[in-house]
Order: sequence, then C-alpha cells, then structure tokens
Amino acid sequence: MSTLKGRNLISITDFSKDEYIEVLDIAEEFEKNPKQKILSDKVVATLFFEPSTRTRLSFESAANQLGARIIGFSDPGGTSVQKGESLHDTIVMVSSYADLIVMRNPKEGSSRYASEVSTVPVINAGDGANQHPTQCMLDLYSIRKTQGRLDNLNIACVGDLKYGRTVHSLVQAMCNFNATFHLVSPQELKLPSSVKMSVKNAGLKYYQYTDIKDVIPVADIIYMTRVQRERFPDPLEYERVKDSCILTASMLKGCKDNMRVLHPLPRVNEITVDVDKTPYAYYFRQAQNGVYVRQALMAAILGVR
Amino acid sequence: MDTKKELVVPRIENGTVIDHIPTEVVYQVAHILGLEKYEDEVLIGNYLSSQKFIRKGIIKVKNKYFTKEELSKISLVAPMASIINIKNYEVVEKLEAEIPDHIENFIKCMNPMCITNHEKIATKFDVVDKENLKLRCHYCEKFTTKETIRFCE
Repeated sequence: MSTLKGRNLISITDFSKDEYIEVLDIAEEFEKNPKQKILSDKVVATLFFEPSTRTRLSFESAANQLGARIIGFSDPGGTSVQKGESLHDTIVMVSSYADLIVMRNPKEGSSRYASEVSTVPVINAGDGANQHPTQCMLDLYSIRKTQGRLDNLNIACVGDLKYGRTVHSLVQAMCNFNATFHLVSPQELKLPSSVKMSVKNAGLKYYQYTDIKDVIPVADIIYMTRVQRERFPDPLEYERVKDSCILTASMLKGCKDNMRVLHPLPRVNEITVDVDKTPYAYYFRQAQNGVYVRQALMAAILGVR
Repeated sequence: MDTKKELVVPRIENGTVIDHIPTEVVYQVAHILGLEKYEDEVLIGNYLSSQKFIRKGIIKVKNKYFTKEELSKISLVAPMASIINIKNYEVVEKLEAEIPDHIENFIKCMNPMCITNHEKIATKFDVVDKENLKLRCHYCEKFTTKETIRFCE
C-alpha cells in the first residue's frame, strides 16, 4: 500500500523524493489511460476562495475522469464565508461531506491550518504567495517526460524569481535530483537568499544572470515566469529591464536539441507566440500534464493506487 | 574611600530576580511578562553598573516563579539574562534564559497575509537560527526575526 494514503499535500517538502517519484509513476499510468472510474464512490470538495482557471478546472477534470463526485465553490460569494464563517468552521463542516478537500485560499498557511482541523485529507491548490505543490509536481512530471530523467539537469529559471512561488518550489524539489541552476532575473527580482541556501545546503551550484541569452546554450529546461510591472516601484526601471527576460523563437538557435520551455501560465508577453510553433515549446502540454498528476495524487491519497 | 557596595535594588524574600538584562529591553521584558498587571512588588532597576556588561537592567518580582513559557519569552528578547529563584532571601536556583526549539502561542507572525493574523489560531514557530533569532512560521513558512518580532497581547 502506498505511503501516501490518507496524507495531506500542503507543501512540496511534505513528500520525500521517493514519494515524488511514486506520484510521477502513477501519473504516467493515468496519461496512458485517464478515464478509469476508480473514485466512483468518492466525493471531492473543491473549495476555491479566490479565482483560478487552470488549477480548479484540472482538479475537477481529473476527479471527473476518475468518476468522483465534486462539490464545492469557485467563489466564496454566496457561501457562509461571506456571512463571516471562520475557515475552521467551513473546513470542519465540509470534511463531514467529502472524502478529500482541495483548497485554494489567499491567506498564507490556510491549507496547513485546514489540514489540522479537517478529518479528511487536504490538498493545497495554492495558499497565497506561499505554496502550490501540485504545480510543482506537474513541473517535475513535465521535466521527466521531456528529458527522460530528473537527475543531473541544467535548469534555467527566468523572470520574477523573487515572488514567483512556482520557481521557489521547483528549485527546492530539484535539489533532490542533483540539478545545476541558472537564474536569470532583473536585479530587483533575484531568487530569495533562503531558496539559494537550500541549493547550497544540498551541495549544488547556481549561477546568476541578467540576460536570458546567456543560458540558452546550456539549459535542458528553461522555466519562464512573468515579470509583472507592479513589482517595480519605478516604471522606468521596469521599461529598462522588461525585455531582458523575454524569449523569442530567434533566440533559440544554438539551444540543445533536448531543451524544452516550460511556463506555469498564464503568460503575457514573456514568451512570444512564435516560440509556440517550435519543437521546444512545452507549456501547453505541461498544463495538460496537470490533470494526470492531480489524478495520481487523488488516487494515491484516497488509497486506490 | 568607602568600597562597601550599596544594594541599589532591595533584596526580596521570595520570588525571582531577572539579572543581566540589556538596558534597552528592560521595560520590554517587564511588558512581555505582563508585570504591569502583577499585583505584588515589582522592582525595576536600569542602567546599573555591571561586571558582565557596562550597564545592565534588573527586575525583581516578589512571590512569583516563572513558567517555562515565560522563560522562553525572556530568552527571545534578553538571551543573556540570568534567572535567579529566591526563597527566604537565599538563591535556590540559577537558570539561563534559553531559546527553545519550538515556540507556541505568544509570538505574532510578521506576515500580514498569514492565516494566524486572520483567524483565532495559536501561532507556532520553529526556531531555525538561535544566534540571529530567526523563527519559521509553521503555517505560512515565512521568517520572523529579531527586527520583526511582536508578542501576542
């Protein structure tokens, strides 16, 4: 029986390296055969206290394809939350209606708290700027799928490395797999020292750059993120640096054949549309992989895999 | 010249002496221990001569012995302080204010978006760096430091 049965997934550090691999192996099985009615006697509650497109739809698609019933809300308006009900009371109540709770909430730490008061397992679908572990799991799945392995890869992370939670989680997770990190960002948006410390503590190397062109020949994966104008107090500063983190098709000459471009989406202009047609674009497939990974997590946590 | 030392803060018969408090945190120590509301004798001395420091603060609290949690609170703002338990004017125990590995309930998370600042939840922290005082919130995973530490009311 899987060690994941009955577990919560709140933070990427909640699972061991072997457990990541286990989830990716199960996801691979669902990719081959996604429509299996193995959760037909289960109820999954999706509680989205703030808007989400990809994450909510992919969780609900994953649950539907496995035959589970879905209850929940995509907006707290019209629920008791609007009347001032505490998160504690909402979770205690919902955990008596469902076998599994999937929750997104803008308050950081809310999912950890929910897991402590819930009587059923909780999967964190994003708690503000803190954690979004299922995104990280699908990133790992996409990396393994495109590279055939997770070990010994050159991972380039580009854009807003300071506030981008997906980058923080990915770097922490890839520290288990002997990665070398190439970090491209404007000075203002460098990776936080606490995350760089995780790399050092794992005995791994990272290199910092300000221009994306410098990493193209070495990268196996280029993980793009959005640089948001509102992160810059000075609009002139944004104008000065905004093009240094934009990827265009012409820049990809000289990249490795196996290199693939990933992005947690939504993108704005950091990957120009001409990249979409190149063999290196993988971000839409990456989003699709989210369904298989979430199927794997739900099946393992509910004890049917 | 008379070398006899004058006792600036009087002795107490029973209770606790918190000695070697850095001068800038004496009143903070009194506050986090809730001594403003303590209904017995509390003697506070500050900027006193010290062998350990150039100047120090001292607090003597009559008829009170501090709990482990209260000692933890002292350790966070005055880690060099000595805690001396007194019975019948005699020293019966000397303790150091030791920073614990885990802290529950009495520190506020510095992150305004942390769930603990929005719901009635007891805060929990892991102490990840005792020397520089760095506390990791169990919920939001953000760090509260010496500069951002605040105590629950």
